[in-house]
Amino acid sequence: MKQIITLRVNGEAREVMVEPRDILIDVMRNQLGLTGTKKGCGVGDCCTCTVLMDGRPVLSCLMLALSCQGKEILTIEGLEKDGRLDPLQQAFIDHGAVQCGYCTPGMILTAKALLAEKPRPTQEDIRQGMSGNLCRCTGYVKIVDAVQSVADKD
Amino acid sequence: MSTTEKRNFSVVGKSVPRVDAGAKVRGRAMFTDDLSLPNMVYGRIKPATIAHGIIKKIDYAKALELPGVLGVITGKDWPVPFVVNDHMPSEYPLTPEKVCYYGEGVAAVAATSEAVAEDALELIEVTYEELPVLLDPQEAMKQDDVRIHDFAENNIHVTGEQHFGDVDKALEDCHLVVENRYKTPGLYGAFLEPQSGLADYDTDNDKLTLWTCNQLSTYCQMTVARTLQMRPDKVRVIFPCIGGGFGGKTEITPAALVACILSKKLGRPVKVTYDRQESMWQLKGRHGADMVVKMGFNKDGTIAACDFDTTLDGGAHSSWGLVVLWFSAALLQGPYIISNIRFQGRRVYTNKGTAGAQRGLGGVQVRLAVECLLDEAAEKLGIDAFKLRHINAVESGHQTPSAVTVRHSEYKKCLESVVERSDYLEKRGKLPFGRGIGLAGGHYSTGGAFLLYPSFRPHSTANIRVDTEAGLTVSVGATDIGQGSTTVLAQMAAEIFGLPHTDVNMVCMDTTLAPMDNGTYDSRLTYGAGHAVKNAAIDARDKLLKVVAIGMGVRDFHLECGNGHIYSIYNPKKKIGFYEAVDRYQNSVGTLWGTGDYTPPQPKGNYQGNLIGPSPAFGFTAQIAEVDIDLDTGKVRIPRFWEASDCGQAINPMSVEGQVEGGLSMSIGHALYEEVQYGEDGRMLNSNLADYKIPSTMDMPELDTDIVDSYDPTSSFGNKEIGEGPATAGGPAVLNAIYDAIGVRITETPVTPEKILRALGKI
Repeated sequence: MKQIITLRVNGEAREVMVEPRDILIDVMRNQLGLTGTKKGCGVGDCCTCTVLMDGRPVLSCLMLALSCQGKEILTIEGLEKDGRLDPLQQAFIDHGAVQCGYCTPGMILTAKALLAEKPRPTQEDIRQGMSGNLCRCTGYVKIVDAVQSVADKD
Repeated sequence: MSTTEKRNFSVVGKSVPRVDAGAKVRGRAMFTDDLSLPNMVYGRIKPATIAHGIIKKIDYAKALELPGVLGVITGKDWPVPFVVNDHMPSEYPLTPEKVCYYGEGVAAVAATSEAVAEDALELIEVTYEELPVLLDPQEAMKQDDVRIHDFAENNIHVTGEQHFGDVDKALEDCHLVVENRYKTPGLYGAFLEPQSGLADYDTDNDKLTLWTCNQLSTYCQMTVARTLQMRPDKVRVIFPCIGGGFGGKTEITPAALVACILSKKLGRPVKVTYDRQESMWQLKGRHGADMVVKMGFNKDGTIAACDFDTTLDGGAHSSWGLVVLWFSAALLQGPYIISNIRFQGRRVYTNKGTAGAQRGLGGVQVRLAVECLLDEAAEKLGIDAFKLRHINAVESGHQTPSAVTVRHSEYKKCLESVVERSDYLEKRGKLPFGRGIGLAGGHYSTGGAFLLYPSFRPHSTANIRVDTEAGLTVSVGATDIGQGSTTVLAQMAAEIFGLPHTDVNMVCMDTTLAPMDNGTYDSRLTYGAGHAVKNAAIDARDKLLKVVAIGMGVRDFHLECGNGHIYSIYNPKKKIGFYEAVDRYQNSVGTLWGTGDYTPPQPKGNYQGNLIGPSPAFGFTAQIAEVDIDLDTGKVRIPRFWEASDCGQAINPMSVEGQVEGGLSMSIGHALYEEVQYGEDGRMLNSNLADYKIPSTMDMPELDTDIVDSYDPTSSFGNKEIGEGPATAGGPAVLNAIYDAIGVRITETPVTPEKILRALGKI
């Protein structure tokens, strides 16, 4: 049976009608038009679909939409503030950390949570913290560099 | 014109950020599955649950009754086979009669939502008559009574042989012969974006538009036209952003073709997106290879002969099989001087997902065997492995036995760079047991002489329009799959016009708006499409200069473009703003147009497979891996890795580094983790990204890369290839390091902890 729930996405309250089996990523992509969140595997193996929920990284391909009622969700679309990129977004551009770009939203949001928890990470901390996010293009070198550069700047 | 000969570039050679990076970090970049159209519906495909057999009956009456289901099709509704290059098409959008691998599509549903379509698949009942499942190519060749395809005797798809010189005599006369058998498994590209197709059939005009993620725009269009039995000009293919390809997206997927067929049937847009498992079932990644290689050496270490035999595991369908076979042969001709070469190979059908193209196609397998064998020979000859490679290394102007000219090579510089930076000579053979260092080299071509659909047209064409209304617009059929071709081609055009690359409007990845291009494979874009863009830019620029020269009272060949101006090289004060000049041109002549194209050198040798070898340029790489093996668990760690590339002039060094780092990551996966596995019944055992392990941040060594000083004078801006060469040498570098660490030669990848423990005699 369908139910109406309210998702708080990127600071906006959005009402959606969902079935019990509906997954958060599909609701965000198909109903809210937030296609910045990408689905790489659908079963929690690649972390491409990472969003922040109440500040913590979660895999939106494993979350039932119903369980997200009232939660504060941040997707990649919500990271830019008033036309100004988040320093992580800018660092990904400047360091060449973006190639095909499919893993990029999940990478940036994972890094965002990592830096919130550990503002002065070592390179090993960054590697550990991002180890679930798969990328096939970059070999991760420039991604780790980009995250490190933001940590060093703060 | 002097501008085009100079090496002190202003935009080329700069590490500018990608033109699409901003959209990608904002989540604004649209990939195929991000698109939706008004009135769009969703398709899902019913996978076969056997690996080999005949479809006896498909009952979908119940599926049609499910609310929200709009239509069901089976293979019998569209029994037209396809393949990437017209050679022995054996695959169908949905298979009409015979299942050749587990997961092959047998029916498809269109419905108002993906969930309903998925529910409907459960209501389709398929009855099969099962046939014996063939998974081992050696076994499949013996079983002519069980043919996967009727046309393929002994399940052999193609065979090939090349013989240059006299291998038997050279092996007999030489000082040392080494021989070994090396095996590599089938691999998966593991691009992060699963394949998707969105088709929109326009009933009024009999026109079909397909949005999909694919590497070869024109061939994707041609395959759709042939399979849908439409005129090519009635088919428009558009590529949105593409989430990686690495070769795996060079051939159209059944998903995209099913979207086309369903859209035609329903007269409304249909999107079909694979989940990860479906993407893996149909594969089209790297061929598994079983190679028996014999090499002969003279006392001084020069290579006397190479006798190479390979059996490629093709999986269920034809795909790139013929091309992969001949690439293997062609890539045997370098990066070393070998006068006597024999190549014998065959590609065999098995009941697995289809093997197709993957980064370093043909070269990865060949390099694994040859580079390991070189180390075996070095030890026996008492020559260090670096020197052995160095004395045999191909140099500029080398003519291969297959009559291919290697016009430019800095391979020796690459070898010297990695050996020096890593202290290889001091470490090799001297590290404590369990730690080792290994060297390997590689090379790759940049666009062969062949077009997939044989014809004589140029392989790349670019059109340029310059006016004050739209600025500088370059339309070229090059496909950016994440490697950054759009950015480097914009840099090249900008260089000629003296404008910032961010001012260039790039129109690519649309078969209606951009001219024919051979596509993104064989590392051919920066070279081939680069030539076309440069030629088009010079064509337009020279027309402009001729006209403005008159107004400026100077000779046109004394004018140069730079910093947004056109100025006289003898009196730089005599100048005019670029767009002021364009405005004058438009007012007196009209819109400024330029066109340019590129055709690679044609084959000189008359032998089977001769269209594959004659690349206009070759990139080179040398790599050194250091390994640290846990002798209790058998786990191999790679703490450090050194690489040096000869890619000619780097158009965008930051992008070059990205290509190298990505290529190395793929070859580390190849060496240590990756293998597509099947159960006895032919069902894939690791059809997900947890069990098919690709390297993560934790698996990557500290990488030390170097772009050696190099400039290929035959190229548009001195550039060569970088996309694939670096992916070819990592595997053997790791294997050679493992030998140095434990004194046992592993001959089969991936080198799992189990293989190490076996080698150590611990299990």
